[in-house]
Amino acid sequence: MTTSSLVETQPAASVQNQSLNVPEAGSHNGTLAAWSDNPFRGFKAIFYKESLHLRRDPMAIMFALLIPIVEMIILGAAIDTNVRQVRTVVLDQSGLMEHADDIEGSQSSRALLDRFRSSDTFKIYKYVHSDEELTHEMVAGHAKVGLKIPYDFDRQLLRGDSAQIMVLVDGSDSSVAGQTLNVASAIGLDESLRRMLPEGKQPAIDVRPKVMFNPDSRSPNFFLPGLMTVLLLFVTTMLTAFSIVREKERGTLEQLFVTPVRPLGLMMGKIMPYFGLAMIEMLMILAFMRFAFQVPIHGNVLLLLALAMCYMFTHLSLGMLISSKANSQNDAMQRSMGIMLPSIFLSGYIFPLDNMPWIFYLMSFFVPATYMMQISRGIILRGAGFGDLWINAAALLLMGFGALTLAARNFKKMIV
Amino acid sequence: MAAIVAENLVRKYGEFTAVDGVSFQVQPGEVFGFLGPNGSGKTTVIKMLTGILPLTSGRGIIDGIDVSADPDSVKQRIGYMSQKFSLYDDLTVLENLRFYAQIYGLRGKEAARKIEQTMQQNAIEPYKDRLAAKLSGGWKQRLALSCAMMHGPKLLYLDEPTAGIDPVARRKLWDLLFELSGQGITFFVTTHYMDEAERCSHLAYIYYGKLIADGTPETLREIPEVSPPGTQRFEIATRDVTTALRRARTLPFMRSATIFGRSIHALMEDSISQAELKDELEKVGVHADEIRPLTPELEDVFVELTYRKQAEMEGSRASL
Repeated sequence: MTTSSLVETQPAASVQNQSLNVPEAGSHNGTLAAWSDNPFRGFKAIFYKESLHLRRDPMAIMFALLIPIVEMIILGAAIDTNVRQVRTVVLDQSGLMEHADDIEGSQSSRALLDRFRSSDTFKIYKYVHSDEELTHEMVAGHAKVGLKIPYDFDRQLLRGDSAQIMVLVDGSDSSVAGQTLNVASAIGLDESLRRMLPEGKQPAIDVRPKVMFNPDSRSPNFFLPGLMTVLLLFVTTMLTAFSIVREKERGTLEQLFVTPVRPLGLMMGKIMPYFGLAMIEMLMILAFMRFAFQVPIHGNVLLLLALAMCYMFTHLSLGMLISSKANSQNDAMQRSMGIMLPSIFLSGYIFPLDNMPWIFYLMSFFVPATYMMQISRGIILRGAGFGDLWINAAALLLMGFGALTLAARNFKKMIV
Repeated sequence: MAAIVAENLVRKYGEFTAVDGVSFQVQPGEVFGFLGPNGSGKTTVIKMLTGILPLTSGRGIIDGIDVSADPDSVKQRIGYMSQKFSLYDDLTVLENLRFYAQIYGLRGKEAARKIEQTMQQNAIEPYKDRLAAKLSGGWKQRLALSCAMMHGPKLLYLDEPTAGIDPVARRKLWDLLFELSGQGITFFVTTHYMDEAERCSHLAYIYYGKLIADGTPETLREIPEVSPPGTQRFEIATRDVTTALRRARTLPFMRSATIFGRSIHALMEDSISQAELKDELEKVGVHADEIRPLTPELEDVFVELTYRKQAEMEGSRASL
């Protein structure tokens, strides 16, 4: 059936109705007037539409639900920052005095190597015969540590002189190098003390270290609260920014501006669905962290959620700010990266802030993730309360309102 | 009261003047065709008259309301369909309509009734559960139109509504526009298609930010700049039109000539008879298969006006 005939066959009454439409709208003046004063006008409509987009956007679901799980598995289970079982090669010449080609070493050198073995830091995988072989193993990257016990090791010990051993460490991985050096020195010191002290006598000072809050130095305990902070960024900043920029690209934003929607209604309508998604994501991460990785939550979960909302608000506002400036999804992506990279590197997530040069330390104060890192580690690991953390929340809210104000101003320029 | 009164609209971007003193009036129920080459300021004028772009100077009155003073009231009274298909691809027809009903403040039963009514009016009800992305060009336009008129506006702006849709859908859309116009809705339509322009009840032509023609299709065909006194117009059918055009232009009585498909539309002094013209053409090596007198088409009008304006602008640039 053709369209024109459809239109023609319409009852006259409905045609009448159509032409009378505007006066009819006028009869609702009371409600319309109240509606037109509302600064959030259009919120419900935008919220409705945005929720539909979200439900049909596989990328959003992936960012919000799949990527967090994958990242948590990688960082929680696969990565262990504690240095264990470092591959070690040994050149022990101390046995050469007795047998011509002996690499087994002497009795005292074997005792020393046992100490290294039992420290759990070193894993001796090979004995070599010469300096060349030792060097080769290091250069080829087979060994991270090389131990050389010289031929006069036993003799020096017996004479009561200082017996030297050489520890070669591959410095290309600084955390491994640092930790192996520490352990090697500690073993040497401990072994010396044992030889010097008379039988049954204790060292004068006994250091008994106790690691609070994460007694086993478990990596997941340290990483996952931080990872949560970083993961929330994607949904809040990037997806929000994309949601508006996409409308710019398609030209639908222009169409929206011709409707009576207000800047605040538009922004809140855009923000709220992503806020909801971020909350779901956060609950999922928390559940995964607590039950799959057994990270104990020492503080109040509700406080954590409440303070995390401040953080989400800050980043949703930043997402809005980005989208008010960016003109393509690529542009938005790059600007989002400008927020995400400092959040990862300047927030204390990976690198401790205290060791940074002052300029970076100063910059970290302008990174919202810094405050959230304090909040999440504080509550989850240390059981901190509102009294300890309110200043972080205040900083987040301040930044959030700042960004939102700027974004609203940019949008007003567009909407008029 | 006029549906649109544009008074001396000016829009500047820095030094550049995109719209330069444009004035016109559109009466209620008119289908107003707004024409002009790309980049001549059509969309800028629409944006100014919908309240989304501030005027640098001048006044725009929509249905008695000043756009600069009260853009919100203007937005409530108008509908706008932008150049690109600008609905949400990942929403169904019904969801798109619901969204527009909500955004114009329609609630509950009133919204449901309006949606039902608009769907019937535009005959898109059978497609209501289809994603907008899965509609053909013509149906997309129809959905966009439905969304734009959801709140019962008296005035609809359509920015190139038929660009890129097939001829049948194009014809149907125009039939629909006339239906609606008969019900008292005013249309402000931009287009590049001359056959569409012919159907408008009122036309204006903008070139480099200046309005250079304004009237009904009939009055525009007769404006003296296009058909100056003492001239006549012929259509010359010939084989090699490009060579023929170059040669025909050398004739002293020829005022202007342009290619039109496989023939030449020529404006010349009316002292030349049809037979004389044929002889003169033979002399410069052009064999005319057929020569017919011609009343100017709208395209002739706009081409002529554009050439004149170009010459005028070059002249003023040369004198600088």
